[in-house]
Amino acid sequence: MTIQMPAPDQTVLARRSEIVAALARIVPGEGVVSDEPSLRAFESDGLTAYAQLPMVAVLPETVSQVAAILRYCSDNGIKVVPRGSGTSLSGGALPLADGVLLGMGRFNKVLRIDYADRIAVVQPGVTNLAITRAVEGEGFYYAPDPSSQIACSIGGNVAENAGGVHCLKYGLTTNNVLGVELVLIDGTVLRLGGEALEPAGLDLLGVVVGSEGLLGVVTEVTVRILSKPATARALLMGFPDAKSAGNAVAAVIGAGIVPAGMEMMDRPAIHAAEAFVHAGYPLDVGALLIVEVDGPEAECDHLAEVIGAIGRENGAGLVRASTSEAERMAFWAGRKAAFPAVGRISPDYYCMDGTIPRRQLAHVLARIEQLGDECGLKVANVFHAGDGNLHPLILYDRDKPGELDAAEEFGNAILRLCVEVGGVLTGEHGVGIEKRDLMGEMFTETDLEQQQRVGRAFDPQALLNPGKVFPMLHRCAEMGRVHVHNGQTRFPELPRF
Amino acid sequence: MEALRPTSVEDLCAIVAESREPLEIRGGGTKALVGAPNAARVLDMRGLAGVIDYDPAELVITLRAGTPLRKVTELLAANGQHLPFEPWDHAPLFSKPAGEATIGGVIAAGVAGPRRVTAGGARDHLLGLTAVTGRGEVLVAGARVVKNVTGYDVPKLFAGSWGRLGAMAELTLKVLPAPRETATLAIAGLGPRAAQAAMAAALGSPHGVCSAAHLPQTFDRAGPHTLLRFAGFAPSVTARCAGLEATLAAHGALIRLPEDYADRLWAEITVPVPLDGPVLWRLALPPSEAPALAERFEADGARWFMDWGGGLLWLEWEDEAGMDPAEVRAVAEVARGHAMLLRAPEALRRSVPAQHSRLAALMALEGRVRAAFDPAGVFETGRWLDV
Repeated sequence: MTIQMPAPDQTVLARRSEIVAALARIVPGEGVVSDEPSLRAFESDGLTAYAQLPMVAVLPETVSQVAAILRYCSDNGIKVVPRGSGTSLSGGALPLADGVLLGMGRFNKVLRIDYADRIAVVQPGVTNLAITRAVEGEGFYYAPDPSSQIACSIGGNVAENAGGVHCLKYGLTTNNVLGVELVLIDGTVLRLGGEALEPAGLDLLGVVVGSEGLLGVVTEVTVRILSKPATARALLMGFPDAKSAGNAVAAVIGAGIVPAGMEMMDRPAIHAAEAFVHAGYPLDVGALLIVEVDGPEAECDHLAEVIGAIGRENGAGLVRASTSEAERMAFWAGRKAAFPAVGRISPDYYCMDGTIPRRQLAHVLARIEQLGDECGLKVANVFHAGDGNLHPLILYDRDKPGELDAAEEFGNAILRLCVEVGGVLTGEHGVGIEKRDLMGEMFTETDLEQQQRVGRAFDPQALLNPGKVFPMLHRCAEMGRVHVHNGQTRFPELPRF
Repeated sequence: MEALRPTSVEDLCAIVAESREPLEIRGGGTKALVGAPNAARVLDMRGLAGVIDYDPAELVITLRAGTPLRKVTELLAANGQHLPFEPWDHAPLFSKPAGEATIGGVIAAGVAGPRRVTAGGARDHLLGLTAVTGRGEVLVAGARVVKNVTGYDVPKLFAGSWGRLGAMAELTLKVLPAPRETATLAIAGLGPRAAQAAMAAALGSPHGVCSAAHLPQTFDRAGPHTLLRFAGFAPSVTARCAGLEATLAAHGALIRLPEDYADRLWAEITVPVPLDGPVLWRLALPPSEAPALAERFEADGARWFMDWGGGLLWLEWEDEAGMDPAEVRAVAEVARGHAMLLRAPEALRRSVPAQHSRLAALMALEGRVRAAFDPAGVFETGRWLDV
């Protein structure tokens, strides 16, 4: 492990049996997990290079239990790590040796659906996809669609401000959540936002979404649901290079079009994906663009024609529009399989998650290639082109001496590059522990101190999820990332894209 | 007392750091009559104006907070883009000429128009900022790209904060292509309940209605009209109109309004100048609660109309004696909404807070968050009657 977590508090560890007993009084029955084999289930999240057994895990079922647990921990100076489904790619749910792991999985009910007001009120352990499943019979869906949506919980989505491939048009979690019930570390239960479109006072909901479990524990979420578009159509376009594909993306936006999704892959990613799922991608192109439009059929027809023409004007040799739902899914199959596909051609890969101004794409890709040459590593790039979110996948073999270190240095350099060209460290995976020590690249000490002052307004003792998001005072300069060895991820059944 | 007029972030820092009296951050002053009158010294932000970076293909614009809103919308329009949340100038609500509102002012007040119901509000479009907090420190938060989850989303706190955290100096906003065509379908003659049901059916349909409002009386006295607006490319707008006509057949006959007439109606829905009585309330509600409230307050002599499919209810009283503020707020609260007193005579503004109060524990947390930015209360002017 290259990331250091706060040193365990020995006085807390010495009181472990007393703490376990106290928690068992709050959550009777099976709700407290304290034996090592059972605690193993919680030792990691989706950032599998890091594992840590929690001191104890507690799985409450009611809001009053959550409040009592937090109040007890607050009164006794005990750290708490909240956890949804544990699919975070940045280590947001990594336990602490001296911390209580607060698992919210038992909060798994859809409480209320109001189609007239277009909202669903759900408990935080409900999965992202389960919300859509609950409302699709009436023609509705929940728009944010992170790739782990079959497993990730809406509470985790709120903590991480999860995105998805459709967020250029439909927004991130923060744009689709109207209200939460939040329990503070002292046990206070609050409602932030609600069913109206705006709050009466300060927009505290806005800062809670994406706060990575540092401000409070969400026990209920009110989301907006949308009517499912009548039609969706995808275009597959092959370009000689990333520059011409980037120009096409700018021209689509310049034509006044906001596609539902706009994804780019570079040559290594195309080849890996095609070899894996045989999506029918052309292998003689330098960059592939998948553009999806949705709406009434007449709109999709019109936009597909305009976008196809823009593609050709910008050098696309291949332009194909899906003519059936099956064909649309086939266009997406390769893109959605890009991560595991890369896992097949390299023993290990690191997944990065920067965002850049799109105009910098060609420059950034060229620099990444150059940096890779310098350290002798290859990289495959997939790119949420509509919003500038770049996922370079660094290929390496941890069994080769020095390659792990080289890959980590390479990844570090890529994120610095993203910030240098005006972008950010993370577009959708969160800071967690993974990018914690790079926060100084983007923010001054003053900026970071001010963010932490906001945190202390919610959690004065900084007991909620400490060691995440913000650099520690005496920090290790090294950093870890999404390590994938021999294609083995913690959630092999989850697509990641 | 003379206003302070910073022309750079450094100026602004020095002013705030050295201030020994409360400061009222002001752009064009178009909302200066919202809230209680106060004696704070004016911090005039209009010296910090101009665009810093705008590349239309990036879908973001970075600009100084004192830039006039009108200039921003003109610049975006010249590039085929717009601010989808339709921010607007409050001046006409206070019998002042439009044109002075600044982009910083509309973001700080969380101002949004009819399209807010589908496109999101000011908070959803503020991506990043540079501000000077009450500590006199320069704070950079968020970023200049559309997709970012690095650190707390502090810009969301500033949008709608009415200047109580700090003075925003530079803003980065998400922008989008402006729709090429608009069309408005209307159903005439509906009462509030039938109108709200029609709006809910329209907004819950797959036909992509962008705005939905109901006027119990159009401003030219043409009777009740329920208005449903579309925006997009011509073939799309045509298809959406046809689809909605079929879906809403049971709610009444839809007629397509002439565009210039529809534009005028939407302009008056955005800036509700025709509600010209002395007391103007703005209620944010679960949409289906709006009709019962409209009927309830109409019986008390109020004039009203609904926007955001019912999620926004505007209320006015010609005669303030006919209205009890506590009653308006109690009724809004029962409906799980809240009521802002946007315009009122000075005596009323001195005693009734403009913002709806929150539960004590939430007010306390808001207070701690404000203190995190402004511990000495440099930006606490007394305007909100809540501290």
